[in-house]
Amino acid sequence: MIQAARRAALGVVALALAAAACTGDDAPATSLPATGTADRTATATPSAASTPAPTPTAEATVTASPTATASPTPARTATPEPTPTEQPVEESPQLPVTVTDADGNEIVIEDVSRLVVLNGSITEIVFALGLGDHVVGADITSIYPPEAQDLPKVGVQIALSAEGVIALQPTLVIGTTFAGPPEVIEQIRGTGIPVLIIPDYNTLEAIEEKITRIGTALGVPRRGERLAAQSVASIKEAIATAETSDAAPRVAFLYLRGAHTQLIGGDGAGATSLIEAAGGIDVGVEAGVRGFTAITPEALVTANPDVFLVITTGLESVGGIDGLLEIPGMAQTTAGRNRAVVDFDAQYLLGFGPRSGAALAELIDAIHP
Amino acid sequence: MPGGGWRRLWQRARPSRAAGAGPAFALLIVLLVVAVLLNAGIGAVRVPPLEVATVLLNRVGISTGIEVDVLREQVVWGIRMPRIVLAICVGAGLGMAGASLQAIFRNPLAEPGLIGVSSGGALGAIVLIITGVAPLGWISLPLAAFAGALLLTLVVYGLARSDGRTQMVTLILTGVAMNSVAGGLIGLAGFLADDAELRSIVFWTLGSLAGATWRAVLPVALITVCGLVLLPRYARAMNLIVLGEREAFHLGVNTERVRLLVIVLATLVAGAGVAVAGIVVFVGLVVPHLLRIVIGPDHRVLLPASALGGAILLLGADLVARTIVVPAELPLGVVTALIGGPYFLWLLRRTTREQGGWM
Repeated sequence: MIQAARRAALGVVALALAAAACTGDDAPATSLPATGTADRTATATPSAASTPAPTPTAEATVTASPTATASPTPARTATPEPTPTEQPVEESPQLPVTVTDADGNEIVIEDVSRLVVLNGSITEIVFALGLGDHVVGADITSIYPPEAQDLPKVGVQIALSAEGVIALQPTLVIGTTFAGPPEVIEQIRGTGIPVLIIPDYNTLEAIEEKITRIGTALGVPRRGERLAAQSVASIKEAIATAETSDAAPRVAFLYLRGAHTQLIGGDGAGATSLIEAAGGIDVGVEAGVRGFTAITPEALVTANPDVFLVITTGLESVGGIDGLLEIPGMAQTTAGRNRAVVDFDAQYLLGFGPRSGAALAELIDAIHP
Repeated sequence: MPGGGWRRLWQRARPSRAAGAGPAFALLIVLLVVAVLLNAGIGAVRVPPLEVATVLLNRVGISTGIEVDVLREQVVWGIRMPRIVLAICVGAGLGMAGASLQAIFRNPLAEPGLIGVSSGGALGAIVLIITGVAPLGWISLPLAAFAGALLLTLVVYGLARSDGRTQMVTLILTGVAMNSVAGGLIGLAGFLADDAELRSIVFWTLGSLAGATWRAVLPVALITVCGLVLLPRYARAMNLIVLGEREAFHLGVNTERVRLLVIVLATLVAGAGVAVAGIVVFVGLVVPHLLRIVIGPDHRVLLPASALGGAILLLGADLVARTIVVPAELPLGVVTALIGGPYFLWLLRRTTREQGGWM
């Protein structure tokens, strides 16, 4: 009987996990919003994302931001001039290009007319580069811009189906090092479809390289550089406002999923570079946390954050701020006493792309009293 | 013990082979062929049946002169076929291992997972994922899973043994205990794992045939075939053990030796599958029961039938997993659990009704 119950329970757990993985609802194990890639949200309502974000489309003429020239973008082979202004961008992708992927393999890209994108942040950048209409399929984290939600979904990026991807007849598959399982990537490559795997860039500092790398791979290096410059400029602009404040609020980045899953993010969890750029202190990093760790009530009280930074869907899963404060330890912190809870859409906050400057500006507003 | 009784018992175990097994086998083989063809022909990429046939015929050396697109050939031969072979190996291995273990444990709930094959395999693989060592390249992971399965099973068996004998209830309870220890260690590994490792662990514990490439499938196929050939040699002994352990012993069956050999062989066939496909639940439990209802309890028939049935069930489950959410894919464990769970509940209720209790 014990065995019976155990097997049945195993089945139920397997079901729950898998069902969660399929619907995109975050299951505890598969979906920590760590490292900026698990930024899928269960509901596709970009709550904080509704704020005006710089959506630089490559077709638009350059609006030189005041700080753009102050940030020296390293000169690249395609554009020797350091100033990004008035540089004409490509009418259409210039191909073929040869790029190096995260594993050091050289990949020749000859055609970007049909793209399958395996990561929401890359999807966002591809659309911002003006190549959105080339995307024929994406993973379930690709929820921004809204058009991306209507694309055929190839599933969870870590558990792809080779045939599902191939059936979309892509001319290029592009994803991060999270894409897998490795055999499936091998199988897709085996059919002659190029698969470009780039590192999982998940800090503010890496955005420039991420965007230019994607731009180069898609044959639009100048559009990429311009988008990167705009993104960097908006981030610098936001940081400049943060520097006007002397306060250094202590911020705890929490991963919440129901009343029983509360993890605190630390080094590598994705939010650190944002918190620090916003002039805050990441209490997770301060406490020596790597990635995400379950937090005990007493450790939380000891860390005593001034602000809780959470993902909107996670906050909803615990029943909003009131529900959050009922979790042991939460109410006993400064943040809890002041009900200082800041919630962001996962893709907006942790996407590390063109909207990061806007997200950062919003974060700065929210955590500085 | 006079030889007459021995012989009569032998014969009593026999008749079911002649009666009714033939058509059932024919049906199973037809179903297997149909399942293979459906799996080869259906998928996210549309490949016309004629081209599927052409690819398969070309590969066995028969030229049809029909041109097939390279991409579609890759899909049929490079993606679908290794997966079909893996599904057959894993399903057949689990089915036959389940039937064998149910016999030697004289327990209808026995299956490879019970004696530690699944959790041992999972533990072996996960230890490797966490430590990040891969001394033998790509084969390290399946090898570690296989070793883990074998090791944990032997530990369970060793612990349950005393004075050269094994009490079945003790063995099963030891299995339960070791499974929970392994479960705890897997949980600990999950706690220590970083994000990427965690994804890998979860993917692995759900079971999937997506990792099927020819080079991963061939060793599994080799081990499975060995097991499938060797296990039925003990079918008669299993029949006698089912009648009663003491009875079998007095009828000349070296129960302890048979039991050890069957456990090792069952672990080999089931563990080989676990090593590549991860944990696939319920197949080893469900298939033997289903077939026992149809063709009776004679293990000389039941063992090969369970192998066929397991292969068919897994091919069917994988077909569903691959095609129901195109272009994505459901984890295989979900589909088998959805079939296995309700069946298990029904089995439980039926037995309770008919026998007034389980044990």
